Amino acid sequence: MSLAHDARVAVHPAGVAQRSARGWPEINNPAAWIVAAILLIMPLIANGFFLIEIFATTLILGTMALSLMFLAGYGGMVSLMQLTIAGFSAYMVAVFGVSGNANISLGWPWWLAVPMALALATIFGTLGGALAVRTEGIYTIMITLAIGAAFYYFTNQNWAIFNGHTGINTVATPHFWGVNWRADIPFYYIVLAVAALCYFAVEYVSRAPFGLALQGVRDNPRRMAALGFNVNAHRVAAYAFASFVAALAGVLQVWNYRQISPGSVSVGACIDILIIAVVGGITRPIGPFIGALIFVLLRTFAIDFLVKLGLDGNRFRLLIGLGFLAIVFWSSDGVIGLWQSWWRRQRSGAARSSGRHGRGSGQGSGQASGQGSGHG
Amino acid sequence: MDSVAQRLSAVGAGAALELRGVTRLFGALAALTDVTITVRPGERRAVLGSNGAGKTTLFNCITGDFPPSSGTIRFFGEDVTHFPPYERIRRGLRRTYQISALFPGLTVQDNVYLACRGVSRGRFSFLRPGQNDALMHAADNLVQAVHLTSVKDQHVAELAHGQQRQLEIALALAGAPRFVLFDEPAAGLSPTERTELIEILTSLPAHIGYIIIEHDMDVALRVVESVTMMHNGRIFKEGLPQEIQSDPEVQELYLGGSHE
Repeated sequence: MSLAHDARVAVHPAGVAQRSARGWPEINNPAAWIVAAILLIMPLIANGFFLIEIFATTLILGTMALSLMFLAGYGGMVSLMQLTIAGFSAYMVAVFGVSGNANISLGWPWWLAVPMALALATIFGTLGGALAVRTEGIYTIMITLAIGAAFYYFTNQNWAIFNGHTGINTVATPHFWGVNWRADIPFYYIVLAVAALCYFAVEYVSRAPFGLALQGVRDNPRRMAALGFNVNAHRVAAYAFASFVAALAGVLQVWNYRQISPGSVSVGACIDILIIAVVGGITRPIGPFIGALIFVLLRTFAIDFLVKLGLDGNRFRLLIGLGFLAIVFWSSDGVIGLWQSWWRRQRSGAARSSGRHGRGSGQGSGQASGQGSGHG
Repeated sequence: MDSVAQRLSAVGAGAALELRGVTRLFGALAALTDVTITVRPGERRAVLGSNGAGKTTLFNCITGDFPPSSGTIRFFGEDVTHFPPYERIRRGLRRTYQISALFPGLTVQDNVYLACRGVSRGRFSFLRPGQNDALMHAADNLVQAVHLTSVKDQHVAELAHGQQRQLEIALALAGAPRFVLFDEPAAGLSPTERTELIEILTSLPAHIGYIIIEHDMDVALRVVESVTMMHNGRIFKEGLPQEIQSDPEVQELYLGGSHE
């Protein structure tokens, strides 16, 4: 046997099929098609309140948390500044675009202000990332938290650009082709399109050389360098990509609320994004959206629930905190992990009662359908 | 002293690897002291020595995992002393690790694919490899060469120890290696797996030279043409395998010493 010429093997056709199916697990998953269909016809089912306050908000927060999932799940870098990047992008839309604060806003049309905001926020996040990649683990968390906190206090105190603690109000939203794109139904579809784009982009990249290399960096940075990769450059590029995703979500956020103020970029809000991602599960791109839905539902309805119990409605965070504790206690992979282990148990239980396939086969198919994005 | 290295480097045109006075300090501890080694292209050499002799530190200096405190390292004539590891790897240097350094969250195929991608262009590519991707085929061939085709879609964390060691070697052979550093590749392998390892090493194309750290003399002396003995961070002796094996000082220090 010789390494140089002997090993010219035809790729096993089943292997190819399996590889492409693993690349896009949704294609073989009926549940994914059902969810996609429901999301598309949502305006027929849900009223304006549910459409915007629940689903659009979920998708926006989910997209922010998705940018954290990309960094943490694939890159092993827990960044607490993803909301800050989104907030920076939101502020830039308000500053360059049209708002009620005419002394600050430059009045650019949205199609100029938005690319400008995306570019500046991506640069901001990339520079922050370039600082953060010099550290590992808890120090990355500390540096990114420090950037988030610094930005929060800066927006509070800077009046020339960020208008201090009052923030920038009555931010204009796009009107073109005779459509008010901030009306409930058009805005829902914009948010859905952007969130879906980001979701599929993250999933696609996870199987592309860049994403695979990022997972390699997560698993063993030293070996990656010994394979010819510039590890820090890869990490900074990952921050750039994640920053762009967060910046897109920031634009949607400022259009959603039509205002942006320091309260939206507080340290508490930064940590909410981390909680959303961890509760949902950070090993797959769907996790952050599940986490965001749980978060938004709790935030919206826990108040009524708590008041019925005779408690202070503002204590909804207590519920979120308890849920967070429960989930990290029982599953390191968030709600997805809980669901998957339950599903796997069902499968192996069914297999055992049918008496043929062992645990191995149940596990194998669990991975084939669930594990599209190189789970760690 | 008429060392093998001197004799061989006088014959060969340029050295594959040339270390001059390489010293590596960890605080006050000198892990390597004034190490000078010349290895010609295609040469296969074993580095022997007891634990703490500085063998792995030598590898770490050559690859740049830990840069040397002083001295120079030339790789095919080019001074790479201050290059980051990835620049040395892109020039054809490869290494394996004593304790497998793999990517447990990825499949065997993806591990090898990354190794192929690391030494070619498109490391930052956002485009997924297609079905006829040349590097995917290169990865398939490597997986086949180390007998891992049957497990190529499994995650590395699920592999047996011997399979992980084989994958470790596959990662070091991706692309166009010119010189490979094998750090105890036989550690923990069964006798059958050792035979396979020897087969892989001896069947490497002749232009690929390597240095192998190996405690198992049966493996080491069958796959090399020269031997360097290290002791306490210094070069202790260099020679042909049979010279080293029969050298009384070496036997006293290493072969005898290991049974103390």
